[in-house]
Amino acid sequence: MSVTEQRQHAAVARHLAEAQVNVELHHEDMVLNIGPQHPATHGTLRVIVKLDGERVVAADPVIGYMHRGYEKLTEYRSYPQITTLINRIDWLSSFANEVPFIDASEQLMGIEPPPRAVYIRTILTELSRISTFLLFLGEMGLQVGAITPAFYGFRDREYVLNLIEAATGGRFHPNFNRIGGLKDDLPAGWIAETRRVMDVVFESCDTFEDLVAGNEIFEARTRGIGIIPGDIGKSYGVSGSNLRASGVDWDLRRDGQPYLAYPELDFKVWTHPDGDSFSRYWVRLQETRESARMVLQLLDQLPAGPVMAKVPRIIKVPAGETWVNTENPLGEMGYYVVSKGAIGPFRVKIRSASFSNVSILPWLLQGVYVPDVITILASLYFILGDIDR
Amino acid sequence: MAKTKTKRAFKMPGLIQGLGVTLRTMLRPTVTTQYPHEREDPPSRARGVIALKEENCTVCMLCARECPDWCIYIEGHKVKAPPRRPGGKPRTVNTLDRFDIDYALCMYCGICVEVCPFDALYWSPEYEYSTPSIADLLHDKSKLGEWMETVPAPQPLEVGAEGPSRWR
Amino acid sequence: MTLAALPLGVEIAIKTGVILAIIPAGALILGYVFLMKMMAHMQSRLGPMDPGGFHGWYQLIGDGIKFLQKEDLMPAEADRRVFAMAPMLILLSTFLVYVVIPAGPDIIVEDLDVGIFFALAVSSISVIGVLMAGWASANKFAMLGAIRAAGQLIAYELPLVLAVVGVVIQAGTMSLQGIVAFQQNGEIFGFGGIGFPLVITQFVGFVLFLTAAQAELTQTPFDMPVAESELVAGYFVEYSGFRFLFFFMGEFGTAFALAGIAATLFLGGWSIPGVEGTLANVLGPIVLFAKVMLVSFVIFWVRFTYPRFREDQLQSLAWKFLIPISLLNILATGVFKVVF
Repeated sequence: MSVTEQRQHAAVARHLAEAQVNVELHHEDMVLNIGPQHPATHGTLRVIVKLDGERVVAADPVIGYMHRGYEKLTEYRSYPQITTLINRIDWLSSFANEVPFIDASEQLMGIEPPPRAVYIRTILTELSRISTFLLFLGEMGLQVGAITPAFYGFRDREYVLNLIEAATGGRFHPNFNRIGGLKDDLPAGWIAETRRVMDVVFESCDTFEDLVAGNEIFEARTRGIGIIPGDIGKSYGVSGSNLRASGVDWDLRRDGQPYLAYPELDFKVWTHPDGDSFSRYWVRLQETRESARMVLQLLDQLPAGPVMAKVPRIIKVPAGETWVNTENPLGEMGYYVVSKGAIGPFRVKIRSASFSNVSILPWLLQGVYVPDVITILASLYFILGDIDR
Repeated sequence: MAKTKTKRAFKMPGLIQGLGVTLRTMLRPTVTTQYPHEREDPPSRARGVIALKEENCTVCMLCARECPDWCIYIEGHKVKAPPRRPGGKPRTVNTLDRFDIDYALCMYCGICVEVCPFDALYWSPEYEYSTPSIADLLHDKSKLGEWMETVPAPQPLEVGAEGPSRWR
Repeated sequence: MTLAALPLGVEIAIKTGVILAIIPAGALILGYVFLMKMMAHMQSRLGPMDPGGFHGWYQLIGDGIKFLQKEDLMPAEADRRVFAMAPMLILLSTFLVYVVIPAGPDIIVEDLDVGIFFALAVSSISVIGVLMAGWASANKFAMLGAIRAAGQLIAYELPLVLAVVGVVIQAGTMSLQGIVAFQQNGEIFGFGGIGFPLVITQFVGFVLFLTAAQAELTQTPFDMPVAESELVAGYFVEYSGFRFLFFFMGEFGTAFALAGIAATLFLGGWSIPGVEGTLANVLGPIVLFAKVMLVSFVIFWVRFTYPRFREDQLQSLAWKFLIPISLLNILATGVFKVVF
């Protein structure tokens, strides 16, 4: 190789290096991998965010790390066994998970549960709503940096869980619903205890209002962050409190097909016009109070009677298909049950709320800062089991 | 009827209110139960551990079949028993050889207790049986029989309920 | 009792030893009393109860011993020397702050004429340590944390210094002993019973100082560099074992020191009006300790109650509110000094 050639090669190499440097300088985006193991992702959600400084350019949620195959599993289990499986979908409000499936099975079998059973189901559904929202109210504080509210959330939720345990035997997985009614009636003294605990819940809501929602720093962190306009929320399938916080007045307890004792109840559906993280917090705070009021109302109206209808010993659901959707704490939850007359369903399609709620993340996370990513994730309030099923 | 938050005469800044909440909580008694020193009593319906009343079991295998995650292992054999009445035919009786529940697999749904037609299985609220080794969570029939002592008596039901408690 | 009579080497050794004992002791006391016990009770918990028998007093010491036994992990991509140096540097900055804090008329390592200036200057050395830690960890979370910390510590150094200027103007000296003496001998309208704690006239300065100190210590509501729910643990996410222990000691040791400075500047430090000489040397440390605990209580009370700001909100709080207010405070103090 001649000297000239060597020089030429050196010059080319230098140019290439400069070009490389230029390219590197232009690539200022940093890919940050939030999750699957990250304290703010409630388990194993993974969000891949592309950052320009601390500003998110693009976000890509990756789900499925906790997929347990419940839809397939239901095809190989009998109806009583499925009840115990599906309350593990959203493990924080498991009782509410059982209700739509049991409702669908009862519709297919043409069984009407006795009114007392319906009322007790409604009470327990609202109690599970309270328990999961109390956790949210504290845990949202934790995600924006305050440690103490999380402990208050856990502390006050414990009273509600004790109630659920006293009635059903299980704190998280009640498995109390049976096709045609309930496993058993309430134990003695339960109603008085529930009234006492509802006072604790009201007090707890006041505490959260003072400690979290009323805090100026919390407002600064959440107001105007992660705004979901109502129509965009609807087009992504966002439901439940997240949608009501965007000003859409839509609650399946009132607007859907009548289920449980809700048609006989007098309650208010809370909405907030803003659609930001703060309004999602505020709506859940109000809904916790409203649920506590509903529980008191239901206790006043609780009818006497049996809790179990006449049901054959071996449950076989006649052929047919049905769709039942209910207002669960996290949003709309639905079961599409297809039966071919066997002891188990032929196919079950589960519509879980969190799955649709997080599908808005790529749209929602554009242009926010890294701390806001956490605020938005916390305020959307999803449960990983509910996303991955 | 329903309680609402009483509106304060003037709104304190939220920052100061928050400090008040934590200070008030600090001065109140705590809610902690010092577990190993003091025991918390779960309600009598709590699903803690499954107890086996061996003499009631007829090795019908219903529980093992209905268990959603197949954590019950049963083995038995048939023996000839003397006739009930003198002069009758000798009976065939199922005898239980093995009844194991693997609590490492069990998901505490209670289906086995419920389907048992001969009242051989009961729920007990006992919860202190954690072990350093996962293999020790496989409770055999003698261990399951020991839990029978902790099974509570049937509890009374709430006002307006019909019939005796079907809880087991 | 005078150390000056001893050879220089012995004197330095004794003084170094005393500070090296005070840093872990202060960190342990703050960690146990506030981080474990006060936080637990604010959250309706009991905190550690078993270790050591009485209310878990041994918990934190046991934790420290545990950290010493842990494997010293270093990320494969880390800049090893910088990674190892960073916690030392942070501890060094804590160490140097203690040099000028007086605990009695004679109990002070070195009474510098520019004492307070020195203390605030060396306390900002920790920024370099934080940046080194974040950069050397070869971790994106750590780097984000370190960059946040650098921006935040620089932004809050200024209000911290400006908040002190009012005190310096009023006392007419930068020496911490001089400031204490001013407060001890001062009188409120002819009543000298409690001396003249400068918090009375410099209340704005006191609040500003505590706010800036909170940010300097990266405590909630200014703990974005650590931000356990966002950046996991920020700049020390990759540290474990005794290096982590150094960070812990640095954080709480600095909290102890800054509370000491706040107590000295605004609450009168070790001073007990009318008590002089040897008795003051005996009672002084106790009085100072009580005041340090009082200030720390406020610092940690705020820490356990508030959520955290966002980085940009913190910057605008510092530049748009704290600095103008502290400048106004200086102006007002100056005017009063000239008029009266």
